[in-house]
Amino acid sequence: MRITCPLCGERDRREFYYYGDAVYADRPAADAAPEAWDDYLHLRDNPAGETRDLWYHEMGCAAWIEVTRNTVTHEILATRLVAGREGKKAAAKGRGKKA
Amino acid sequence: MPSLIEKSACDGLLPVSAGGVTLSEPAPERITSVAPFAGKEAAAGKALKALGLGWPGPGTSIGGEGRLCLWTGRGQAFLIGAEPEGLAGIAALTDQSDAWARMRLEGGGAKAVLARLVPLDLGAGAFPVGRAARSGLGHMAMILHRSGAQSFEIMVFRSMAASAVHELHQAMTALAARAAL
Repeated sequence: MRITCPLCGERDRREFYYYGDAVYADRPAADAAPEAWDDYLHLRDNPAGETRDLWYHEMGCAAWIEVTRNTVTHEILATRLVAGREGKKAAAKGRGKKA
Repeated sequence: MPSLIEKSACDGLLPVSAGGVTLSEPAPERITSVAPFAGKEAAAGKALKALGLGWPGPGTSIGGEGRLCLWTGRGQAFLIGAEPEGLAGIAALTDQSDAWARMRLEGGGAKAVLARLVPLDLGAGAFPVGRAARSGLGHMAMILHRSGAQSFEIMVFRSMAASAVHELHQAMTALAARAAL
C-alpha cells in the first residue's frame, strides 16, 4: 500500500503511523454535552467501503494527513493535510450543538 | 575549568570506502532550524533571499556547498553553513548544529548503496540534484539531499551516527563483494 503525502509525494505505507478515524481531529467544543464527548472518544463507525482516517508521516515530514480510503478494495482515494482542512472548527462546533 | 574536546558526530568512524563508493563526514557547519511564525512566511523568504538563499518548497533546497537552505518539513527548513541573520522575530530559530550526524556518500555506486536502505526512487529523473527528502535509512529517520549527480548528503540524529555508518558500510561492502564475483 502506498500513501500520497501532500508534501512528499507517494510514499511507502511503512513511513506512516496509523492514528484512527478522522473524527478524532474534530474535537467538540469545551462546553459540549457529555454525549458529544462520549461519541467523540468512544463511538466509531466500521464501514465496509469508504472511510476517512488520520495518518502521521512519522518516518518522513511529520505531517498529519487525512486519508480517504476504501476498506474493501484498499484503494487510497484522496489525501490532504489535516492543517489545511477547511471548516474544521465549524464542524467541531456543530458536533457539540447536535448533542 | 575542565578542558573539553569538541568532536564531530562521526569522529573515528569515517571515512570508509568500498567498491568505488566513499562515505565521509563533511566539515561541521552551523545548522539552524528555521520555522516561520504564522503569517511571516513571506518575510522569512525575504530574509533568506538577503542571505543569497530563499524559502525552499517541499522536497527542494536552495544554495549548495557551504551555504544551503534545505526543506525539512511543513513550515520548517534547515539553514546550513550560514548564520541566521535577519530572521529573529520572523521565525522560530533553533541551533541544531550538534544534533545531527552528517554524512556524504559519493561515487558511481552511491545510488545502488542507498537503494538497499532507502524506500525512494533516487533516479536522476525522480530525485535530481538539489532535491531533498525526509524518509527512512533502514529503521532510522533521515534527511536526504542530492548534492551532485553521484553524491548524496545524509543526516540522521546524532545518537544514531554509529548505526547509520554501520548500515551504509555494510551495504557498500555487500555491493562491492557482489561486483567482485
